[in-house]
Amino acid sequence: MNCLSCHEPIQIKFGWNDLFYLNDPSSICSACSDQLERIEGEICRMCGRSFSIFPEQYRQDDCCFDCLEWEQHGSSITKNRSLYQYNPFLKEVMARFKYRGDAELVKLFQKELQALVKRAFKGTIVVPIPLSKERHYERGFNQAELVAGMIGCPYYHALKRPVHEEKQSKKSKRERLEHATVFTMNEEFRSAIANSDVTIVDDLYTTGATVQAAGKILLDHGARTVSSLTIARG
Amino acid sequence: MRFASIQTEKGSFLCPEPLVEISNPSLFSIKHSTMLTTPSINPSFSLDSNLQTYLSGRHLLIDELPFPIDQLHSHYLNGSILYEKGILLNKNRYCCQRCGNDDQTLFASFSCFRCKEEQCTYCRKCIIMGRVSECTPLIRWVGPARDKELSAGLAWDGTLSELQKEASQRICEAVGEPKEMLVWAVCGAGKTEILFEGIERALRLGLRVCLASPRTDVITELYPRFEKAFPKAGVAALYGGHSELTSPSSLVLSTTHQLFRFKNAFDVIVVDEVDAFPFSYDRTLKFAVDKAAVDQSTRIYLSATPSNKMKQRVRSQNLEVIHISKRFHGYPLPVPHYKWCGNWSKLLKKQRIPSVIRQWIKEKLASGRQAFLFVPTIEQLDTVYSILKENPEIDSVHSSDPDRIEKIKRFRKGEIKMLLTTTILERGVTVPKIDVGVLGSDHDVFSSNALVQIAGRAGRSVEDPYGEVVYFHFGKTSAMVSAKREIQNHNRRAGLVTRR
Repeated sequence: MNCLSCHEPIQIKFGWNDLFYLNDPSSICSACSDQLERIEGEICRMCGRSFSIFPEQYRQDDCCFDCLEWEQHGSSITKNRSLYQYNPFLKEVMARFKYRGDAELVKLFQKELQALVKRAFKGTIVVPIPLSKERHYERGFNQAELVAGMIGCPYYHALKRPVHEEKQSKKSKRERLEHATVFTMNEEFRSAIANSDVTIVDDLYTTGATVQAAGKILLDHGARTVSSLTIARG
Repeated sequence: MRFASIQTEKGSFLCPEPLVEISNPSLFSIKHSTMLTTPSINPSFSLDSNLQTYLSGRHLLIDELPFPIDQLHSHYLNGSILYEKGILLNKNRYCCQRCGNDDQTLFASFSCFRCKEEQCTYCRKCIIMGRVSECTPLIRWVGPARDKELSAGLAWDGTLSELQKEASQRICEAVGEPKEMLVWAVCGAGKTEILFEGIERALRLGLRVCLASPRTDVITELYPRFEKAFPKAGVAALYGGHSELTSPSSLVLSTTHQLFRFKNAFDVIVVDEVDAFPFSYDRTLKFAVDKAAVDQSTRIYLSATPSNKMKQRVRSQNLEVIHISKRFHGYPLPVPHYKWCGNWSKLLKKQRIPSVIRQWIKEKLASGRQAFLFVPTIEQLDTVYSILKENPEIDSVHSSDPDRIEKIKRFRKGEIKMLLTTTILERGVTVPKIDVGVLGSDHDVFSSNALVQIAGRAGRSVEDPYGEVVYFHFGKTSAMVSAKREIQNHNRRAGLVTRR
């Protein structure tokens, strides 16, 4: 088995667990997985950012200033949780996954993703952030949908993104916050959403503008609560 | 991209999805297509010369072409463009038509929004150049050839040594002949200059020439030199991020990776450092060269340390060889000597440097010359650096160091006196007046070829043709012995007495 990320053979350390099939075969080598920074320890109760690398003066108790601001405007998201820091290594992996179109890389996150869902998103229904048709065609797949597919429970295309817009990644923070992404409800799934706890899934949480906009639509259409889950926290 | 099948008076052909006019057509991924013939050439069709220039000899994806789809389609209908399958499936095995990958573990599939197939298989080996999947057509120019522009004219007035002249002469004779040739030139032989006359001859004959190197920095360094030497050729340089070929250039400098975007393009291909990381002349590179070259092409390989496979071919006389065993300045190659330094890896674990090496470092710093000290692994490099970092004249650099380029610049300027490094710097960095040490030359990472390349860093300038090369070891390895033997053989072949 070779590493999905760097294509080098994975050195297997065979132990008792393997004998009893307690370990899944890994899809990532230790050199690559060492470069993924898991978000652990103290985090913002709202957006899930790690406080260990965050300036003390921008937090109040267990919440960061960015989230306090969202809460003042009425946050549609109960909480966000992300697996990893968006460090240069993950940036590169994500770029290969999303922009180059290496769909297979999503499997790197499967194990951790399922563990996180078990920990923090039990009993919710999953809705991936959609892409506009043009962007979807350009990439050939929707990365958020692939991430949702890794969780291993059914997910609903409850949201649509009718407008083709500039890439989020090309905007400044200010622009992102000012131009909320436009989502509309996919009426087919209205009944599935009603009175449910919904988890929005995306690849990256940066300012929170995207999931906030999506969350608002879902709440307006009867979701009980909306939270979000991403691979990376930028 | 999906296609529909359309009927014309010449037969049935493909029509890309966005241009389909009939309602409810049956659309299919190109993987299902059995009719990839191109209509015959229509001589009265007025073709777009920009498109012709852009696409001639190339092998590209639709996404890589800055031309509207209807323009591509009209050229296809008039016989100038061919659509090919990006991925071929043969006896249940996939093969990428762009990079030749047929390692089944490097294919994966996804549910594709472009062709609406649940399983669209793509190649992961060349994904960095944009995805080639089963529904991705590769596009070629099969229309009328461009008018040949004669762009010869050599504006280089340097002089060649006797050996260089001889090699240059033989390369000249080979140009235009269907043959392969290895130029086995020692480090510092002056390989670039020996190509000039041959390239000029090729351009005069109206041939297209490509010089390919596995390393981007070689391409960017050679580009201005070639531009100066061939002012009329409109030299083009292709490397990661710069892969557009907008002018009809007969002389292309390209990274070996970028060769995948060519097909049937070059009459003469020179492959630099055929043995170098990240390629040895393995199947991938061979595929790229085979694809980019026309049938009956001239292929010239350059290397200071050819692989065993190539040496084998030389020995069995199915590969012609030109030896350049002498450096351009005529002095012999510095011969490495061995110095036993005790159990260096154990000492490093205790955060200590073997005393022999400490002594050497002290001497070098006192001598006012510059020095490289090669260390096997990044981890060990960090250990050595942490012990020595008090000294402002010493710095360290490795492959994933973000300040790599900056540090090498400072070393060249002489601001850094001693550079600790891994094998990343075994090639390409040329600094006059330098000595070289290898800490732990018995480590696996130092292959015979790596040790020859490392020794080749020393004594490269006329002002300072001698340099010291020391392998510090804890037991000689066959790689060390064969590296030394190889260097001595070159000196013997050059008729130079080796200094000890």
